[in-house]
Amino acid sequence: MASDRIFGLVTLITAVAYIAAATQIQTNFFSGQYLPKLFPFMIGTVAALSALVMIFKPDPEPEWPSSRAWINMAIAVAVLALYSIFLKPLGFILPTAFAAGIVSYQISPRKLPALFSGVGLSLGLFVLFKFLLGLGNIVAYRIPTPAKLWEAISVLIPFVGH
Amino acid sequence: MDILANLALGFSVALSPYTLMLAVCGCFLGTVIGALPGLGPSNGVAILIPITFTLGLDATSALVLMTSVYYGAMYGGRISSILLNIPGDEPALMTTLDGYPMAKAGRAGDALVLSGVASFVGALLATIGLMLLAPSLARVAFLFGPAEYFALYLLAFCTLGGMASNNQAKSAIAACLGLGIAMIGVDTSSGLPRLTGGNLHLYDGVDFLVAIVGLFAISEVFLFIESHGKGSSIGVTLNKVRIPWADIFSTKWTMLRSSGVGFIAGILPGAGASLGSFLAYTTEKSIAGEKGGFGTGVPKGIAAPEAGNNAAAGGALVPMLTLGVPGSGTTAVLLALLMTLNITPGPTLFTERPEVVWGLIASLLIANFVLLLMNVPMVKIFVKILTVPAWVLLPGVTMVSFVGIYSLSGSYFDLLMMVGFGVLGYILRKLDIPTVPVILGILLGGNMENALRRAMTLSDGDVMYLFSSPIAIGFWIAAIAGFVAPMFLRKILTKPQAIKG
Repeated sequence: MASDRIFGLVTLITAVAYIAAATQIQTNFFSGQYLPKLFPFMIGTVAALSALVMIFKPDPEPEWPSSRAWINMAIAVAVLALYSIFLKPLGFILPTAFAAGIVSYQISPRKLPALFSGVGLSLGLFVLFKFLLGLGNIVAYRIPTPAKLWEAISVLIPFVGH
Repeated sequence: MDILANLALGFSVALSPYTLMLAVCGCFLGTVIGALPGLGPSNGVAILIPITFTLGLDATSALVLMTSVYYGAMYGGRISSILLNIPGDEPALMTTLDGYPMAKAGRAGDALVLSGVASFVGALLATIGLMLLAPSLARVAFLFGPAEYFALYLLAFCTLGGMASNNQAKSAIAACLGLGIAMIGVDTSSGLPRLTGGNLHLYDGVDFLVAIVGLFAISEVFLFIESHGKGSSIGVTLNKVRIPWADIFSTKWTMLRSSGVGFIAGILPGAGASLGSFLAYTTEKSIAGEKGGFGTGVPKGIAAPEAGNNAAAGGALVPMLTLGVPGSGTTAVLLALLMTLNITPGPTLFTERPEVVWGLIASLLIANFVLLLMNVPMVKIFVKILTVPAWVLLPGVTMVSFVGIYSLSGSYFDLLMMVGFGVLGYILRKLDIPTVPVILGILLGGNMENALRRAMTLSDGDVMYLFSSPIAIGFWIAAIAGFVAPMFLRKILTKPQAIKG
């Protein structure tokens, strides 16, 4: 009930914002006056109407996970986001070992198996991708300059990042 | 005899030792992917696309590899259905109904072999159907103008939405989400950015592979974290595997009928393999009646859904190749593959690049035989692989996803976006909002908008132009019916679990 209503409301706001953004789409001679805006308008309208249906006719509440599971998932999201950023400046092996190990620990909280899958997956996949499949842009490790490291971290800080 | 000549062309492309090796690798990998709980044809193929692309295979080799994976995953889905009572993917759900009881009764080996044969029959007949039907449909599709295409895309969203969720509004939201994302980026006609919020990373638009891998693969990881990877131990023992000739022989008509039903279900835009296996199972159940014992572990209850879903997988290729409209989540992923390889499906594909189409069809036939040979004697190996624990499997899937996307673009932004799509996918799945329309929206949004724009340009802005031909009107009616009908049907039938997301 409540979940559907909240999601419907979020969707409604997003749809209205989407339509508002669509009115601001720049056009020129080649594209015509209204054509670039037409389809976004249609999408926004259908989304807004469907959102209203969700708000007024919500389905039964889904089974949400326990707060513990939420924390585990939040940790996983944070780890994967950090992994996204540090994969390039630090190279493959170190970030992958950490990320795979932590994700493994979140699925099954035992230290030794998590350590095993972290290190094992990191080295195993590196050999697979680098030597067997020959993917070019995977580098074993990099020692980043402070500037590069700051550049990576700054992505996470609003208004400073790029 | 056109078909034979074309098929000869296809085999000349697909039957080199190198492509055969790719087919064998693909079939093996696909069966493993299909068998592993939590991985199915759609997310399995999705995480492999970026890697295949970076390997620099040419179009035919990449197609052979990925279609082998696709068919392999359809075959493999049955293994975990039968042994674990956990379908590896949605279409394999119906197989659990009779497969698991049969396995518990000590006939796991028979069930696996029988389902393998049924898969083979379904897939083979569907590939033949594809050969016969696709070229003529491609000829019809030449008649389609922008108005017809717009209505056809709409039809795909409506029928898919009608089937994919219990709530039409939720399907519509999912489709809008995908279409809305597809609009982001530089508008090709004006050369000006649209809806990017000034973010330079978004000028190229959102890569559909990022969205697919995020929604299908990364979200799976969150579901496993939530459930702590429970329920992946084999509850039944596998006895000696032999070929149950009597069962195979007694289910021959079931297999043939189910293949037909599945193939037709697969062709319907948006319906796909889940509907195929569901319809095949219910048809056979009603033919057998009360005495048939469906649900207690009868051979027909295994043969029907397996023949049905593999036939539907082949049938779904018909609209995907001829019209560029995928019939299911997995074919949407295959469409993504074609688009990555710079192949645009549609009627012109058949005339301009026959070697791609017929090479693909030939590789499907090859994959089928390879899979039959591989699945009957080697089924024990696949069963072993099922014992890989979730705490290794899921981190592995995650890392493969990251490497794939990273090797495509080398951009942290795409990786972050993929994590974002993973979170979104988790929330959508919890709320019973289907994710396949989102993917379809991102894939087809550009084409659908182009069709609309061309229609508006041709007609000087007259909306009635969209309804100006009988074909277009037919699509509109079918679209509305496909969207509305499930609402009423749902009240009559109790919704089977098979169609749930």
